[in-house]
Amino acid sequence: MNYVPHTAGDRQKMLASIGKQEVSELFDSIPPGARLTRALNLPEQLSEYEVALHLEELASKNMVPSRLSFLGAGAYRHFVPAVVDTIIQRSEFMTAYTPYQPEVSQGTLQSIFEFQTMMCNLTGMDVCNASVYDGGCAAVDAVFMALSISGRHKVVVSEGLHPQTRELLRTYIDTHAGELIEAPLQDGRTVWPELNDEVACTLFQTPNFLGVIEDGAALCARTKEAGAIPVVSVGDPCSLAVLKRPGDFGGEIVVGDAQPIGLPLSYGGPYAGFVACKKQHMRRIPGRLCGMTVDSQGRRGFCLTLQAREQHIRRDKAFSNICTNQGLCALAVTVYLALLGPQGLKEVADASANLAHYFKKQVASLDGYKLVLNQPFFHEVLVECPGSAEALLKTLEGRGIVGGYLVEKDYPQYKNCLLFCFTEANGKAAVDELVNALQHAHRPLEGATRS
Amino acid sequence: MSLTAEPTLFEKTSPGRRGVIPPQENTGLNWRDEVAAELVSEKPPELPELSELEVMRHFVRLSQLNYGIDTTMYPLGSCTMKYNPRINEVTARLPGFARLHPMQSEDTAQGALEMMYHLQNHLAEITGMDGITLQPAAGAQGELTALLMVAAYYRKRGEDQRKVVVVPDSSHGTNPASAALAGFDVVTVPSNANGDVDLEALKPHLNEKLACLMLTNPSTLGLFENGIQTIAKGVHEAGGLLYYDGANMNALLGNARPGDMGFDLVHLNLHKTFSTPHGGGGPGAGPVGARGELVKYLPAPVVDRVDGKFRFFKPENSIGRIRTFWGNFLVLVRAYTYIRYHGPQGLKEVGEGAVLAANYLLSRLKGHYEVAYDRTCMHEFVLTARTSKKEKNVKAMDIAKRLLDYGYYAPTVYFPLIVEEALMIEPTETESLETLNRFADTMLKIAEEDPDLVRSAPHSTPVSRLDEVRAARKPVLRWEEGLS
Amino acid sequence: MIPEELRYTEEHEWVRLQGDVAEIGITHFAQDQLGDIVFVELPAVGFKLQTGKRFGVVESVKTVSELYSPVDGEVVEINSVLSQDSDQFDPEAVNREPYGAGWMIKAKVADPGAVSKLLDAKGYASHTEGH
Repeated sequence: MNYVPHTAGDRQKMLASIGKQEVSELFDSIPPGARLTRALNLPEQLSEYEVALHLEELASKNMVPSRLSFLGAGAYRHFVPAVVDTIIQRSEFMTAYTPYQPEVSQGTLQSIFEFQTMMCNLTGMDVCNASVYDGGCAAVDAVFMALSISGRHKVVVSEGLHPQTRELLRTYIDTHAGELIEAPLQDGRTVWPELNDEVACTLFQTPNFLGVIEDGAALCARTKEAGAIPVVSVGDPCSLAVLKRPGDFGGEIVVGDAQPIGLPLSYGGPYAGFVACKKQHMRRIPGRLCGMTVDSQGRRGFCLTLQAREQHIRRDKAFSNICTNQGLCALAVTVYLALLGPQGLKEVADASANLAHYFKKQVASLDGYKLVLNQPFFHEVLVECPGSAEALLKTLEGRGIVGGYLVEKDYPQYKNCLLFCFTEANGKAAVDELVNALQHAHRPLEGATRS
Repeated sequence: MSLTAEPTLFEKTSPGRRGVIPPQENTGLNWRDEVAAELVSEKPPELPELSELEVMRHFVRLSQLNYGIDTTMYPLGSCTMKYNPRINEVTARLPGFARLHPMQSEDTAQGALEMMYHLQNHLAEITGMDGITLQPAAGAQGELTALLMVAAYYRKRGEDQRKVVVVPDSSHGTNPASAALAGFDVVTVPSNANGDVDLEALKPHLNEKLACLMLTNPSTLGLFENGIQTIAKGVHEAGGLLYYDGANMNALLGNARPGDMGFDLVHLNLHKTFSTPHGGGGPGAGPVGARGELVKYLPAPVVDRVDGKFRFFKPENSIGRIRTFWGNFLVLVRAYTYIRYHGPQGLKEVGEGAVLAANYLLSRLKGHYEVAYDRTCMHEFVLTARTSKKEKNVKAMDIAKRLLDYGYYAPTVYFPLIVEEALMIEPTETESLETLNRFADTMLKIAEEDPDLVRSAPHSTPVSRLDEVRAARKPVLRWEEGLS
Repeated sequence: MIPEELRYTEEHEWVRLQGDVAEIGITHFAQDQLGDIVFVELPAVGFKLQTGKRFGVVESVKTVSELYSPVDGEVVEINSVLSQDSDQFDPEAVNREPYGAGWMIKAKVADPGAVSKLLDAKGYASHTEGH
């Protein structure tokens, strides 16, 4: 099977125009040793019907409960309205390329401008890029920005930052001759060590990986006293509807992943990272930017701008090698935010936080379970389990429940602790079912006869 | 098609209007009671307020201001704007994939891991590599990943002095940018009169400082690198590695493999060769392949099969994690669907169709437009408007803009940098003979048109040429009250 | 077109020496090659200049070019119209009046005598001939 429309007759006409007898002659510039003389060793082609069945079969091997998933840990399951997917499947959005010809790409460009605007409003920043690969890469980009702006080399990172993002920083930091210093958490909250004039930036996440709302104002103030740049990573961006914005408490660069506001979980991607900043850092921001301007007849229009920062112009002197953004994902986020509006996004955040606080109350009353942290939190709760948390997760899976997250993999100090996440997509009944399952999980006999 | 401008969302807002209302739940408590007031915002976020229908219409109208592959031929060189099959969209939206949480246990995600395992193997076979990582989110991230692997490989071997990455002057801008970002010194070598790498100019760099030569093959000129075997031999004898930029892999599908040409590392662009949608600039995916010893340096994790179960594992000398989670998974589902639909024979026909279409279009335009390098091309070719610029003051950009008036997207212009006034055309295998003929006829017509008309194009698009100088001098990057 | 009283580098910077302070900018030829200039990145006051070393970047819509210092010295002033935070931000000044309002930095020069070793107007004219 293929999508090549050339008939045998077409091929003859085309070859005649070229002046060749056979299609294979067109490949004569490939030296014999480099030419493949056998068929690729791949499974034989399938019809569209068969390929759909094959993929359905693979997909059915994955466990995807509709309400009974309590995993967060950097990817959050919120309700996504039907209009979002309808719009991103519009041919003119989905099958367009990067808007290099702005005259026939105004749809893409204006939607990027709207994305930039809404992300600025949510974070309290002046400038936001058109999106980058994911939240982790956004954090790496922000650190590189800060190293470049400050001319300093130390980067102080909170242990409350997503563990995978910290892994990314370890992979990339050497390329910029930076030095990473991890600041441990105290009772789940970030405390900076001594910051001196070698520190380029600090980086913390709020709500942090363990669900705790950080004291952003204090962390940013300490950072600025040392002449360093406070970089804030946003946990779940829906929280920006109800919590103080990083721009309000002193952040100068804000990063995060917009997945929770409009994108399905998708087993981790594609998502949409973003980098936003205050105006003074605008010329150092990586990735695409769309600007408003006028056309030759004075009409409003949009185009990519400040392109001199980018690789296709600066080549080996570019601030970043980023070529694409996550266009369609950013569009989904734009449509989502337009549909939810201020009240809707606030309701999403409130419902999520309320369910988490409801769970906290229930779980605290269960025998053997303990709340680990005594700190303000948003929609994730860290719970110490009686006995093996890993075994408990298996038991829950057996009951069709996914999660929480086993934090001891990343935080050995929290042995047998699970991080549970709650959103409006769970609902109260599902939380009750989770609590019930937890109550009975370490007593298998009673568990088998749950009501 | 409505060509009138669409106001921004922020100009259409009505205080108090609601679009979609999320699910509500009464838990009988208010979380704000338990959180210090200074952490909480009482002010609602600044977002527009519209009804669902208003939002729908807004974005549908915006979409109508775009050209896409589904609306017109999109001959954008080096971007492989082929048809994006809709079966890919169906499989990527299967709930078992779309709703799967990345932090779930491997046991509850076996279908996803199985797909990734097979895709790794299929891409390894297609490229002639021994191992594949599916993690990189795009070609540029693939390049950076591979170069970090190169650096780690030499560090392990105690050859830290290998600091030089060589790129031809026809290379994509991402190549030198990625190499510099990975900490290498970048050296550019010129192309010869034939469009190939100048072997004499390359020779002095084949020494103990060479880390890697990055090549696109077919090159960005659309030409197969004639000296590839000599180059591979020279690079390897100097102890260096050869990197394959897979931007143009579409030409070779099923007909040749980078591994058989002597390449040690490759990246692929699934959004080009394997038909996943470009989406107005992403998401893409840029898997990286490696041969021999280099497989041990692939980023973590990769998927393997152990006792009938699919598991993530970390390669022995892995450079570590290069992004969060496991890759642009739903893009991988689309590419896997495409490969299974085609099978070995279908993929070979894709490569052949792409090369046939490009050579046919070239044969139609030759004589009317100046060809930068007059050879049998692969999947794309480069024209130059240098004479047209000199004689009629009609530049490559003018021709590109005029094509928009006729309903076609424009070719890639002013790239590769080594061709003055370049127009780079890639028709792809999915355009019919009739469409290719119509496009060629239009190009021929433009060549004869009044230069003033062409220079001031486009005339029939939603907006005319934009003031990019104003956009860059006084950047307006967000909506604010008072703008108009 | 090429002012007689200035000195030039092969990288297209000009120098106007007054006492031990040098005013530095880019030439008419350079601004013409770059096209519409949109931004100039300049060092802070106090920055130590070294002959032949980078001190800034000039950006047009479609290209960037590095600025190389013609002298050894220390930056004492930067042109405020090239600061993006200024109300008078006007990068076009470099296109309009490259030798006047579009000057870039003033520097206290370590060795004023060294300036006379740079190209004079005639030397620079022959350097740009044929371009």
